Amino acid sequence: MIAALIAEIKPNSTWYLVLAALLFAIGTLGVMVRRNALVLFMCIELMLNAVNLSFVALAKEMDDINGQAVVFFVLVVAAAEVVIGLGIVVAIMRKRVSASVDDLAELKG
Amino acid sequence: MVAQNIFFAIFAVIMVVGALRVVTSNNVVHAALWLVTVLAGAAGQYILLSAEFVAVTQVLVYIGAVMVLFLFGTMLTRARLGEETDLNNKTWILGIPVALLLFGTMSYALIDSFGDEKLPEDATVVSTQVISDQIFGPYLIPFWALSFVLLAATIGAIVLARKD
Repeated sequence: MIAALIAEIKPNSTWYLVLAALLFAIGTLGVMVRRNALVLFMCIELMLNAVNLSFVALAKEMDDINGQAVVFFVLVVAAAEVVIGLGIVVAIMRKRVSASVDDLAELKG
Repeated sequence: MVAQNIFFAIFAVIMVVGALRVVTSNNVVHAALWLVTVLAGAAGQYILLSAEFVAVTQVLVYIGAVMVLFLFGTMLTRARLGEETDLNNKTWILGIPVALLLFGTMSYALIDSFGDEKLPEDATVVSTQVISDQIFGPYLIPFWALSFVLLAATIGAIVLARKD
């Protein structure tokens, strides 16, 4: 009976979009809350993934291939961002001991 | 359709739990490994959305390459491999209402505009050929530009991380 009930529910693109919104919000929470630069990058990856998920869901709903093509561009930008970010973090670590972003306050007046 | 509903729910739960653990874990390595579950769940969702090539690329690039970068970064920055106590801001409690507000606004807007639009039931699986025709056709110039972005990122990372 439960299976019949579940079968009644048709897959809905709004589910995917709301799931993506939830993941994006969790990623934003992480960016606001965390102090370690590496964990900040992970949270940014989380947000980028949420956006990718909504792209793919809308590509399926609208039967449009462009939504999937854009995902690859987001993917490459995310990879480049991690590479540069880690380079900067490693360069900073040579002068300091911790990867905490709160300690980097040279620009503070 | 039953299978898609059930697997959507399973993957969604895995992804949300993993994402929450990324944000709350006190251990950098654990956070990285929880991120893997989120990325794998996303790959599963892509397969459910009949986007096979995107799913495979997700596994190769994110779970393969980006995760290795993160773990290398953890080792290179001499982050403590065990528990850390001060991984959160002092004002972390303020982040929760902001994130809830963001989620509420976004989901309201999404439900309001997309409502209960159903996914097309007989959508064909998008083959890799169609995607490559798209990327190497209309998207060729952006693809080239992006290749140079990646090249610049590689050179920039070497310049930044080199010891002089």
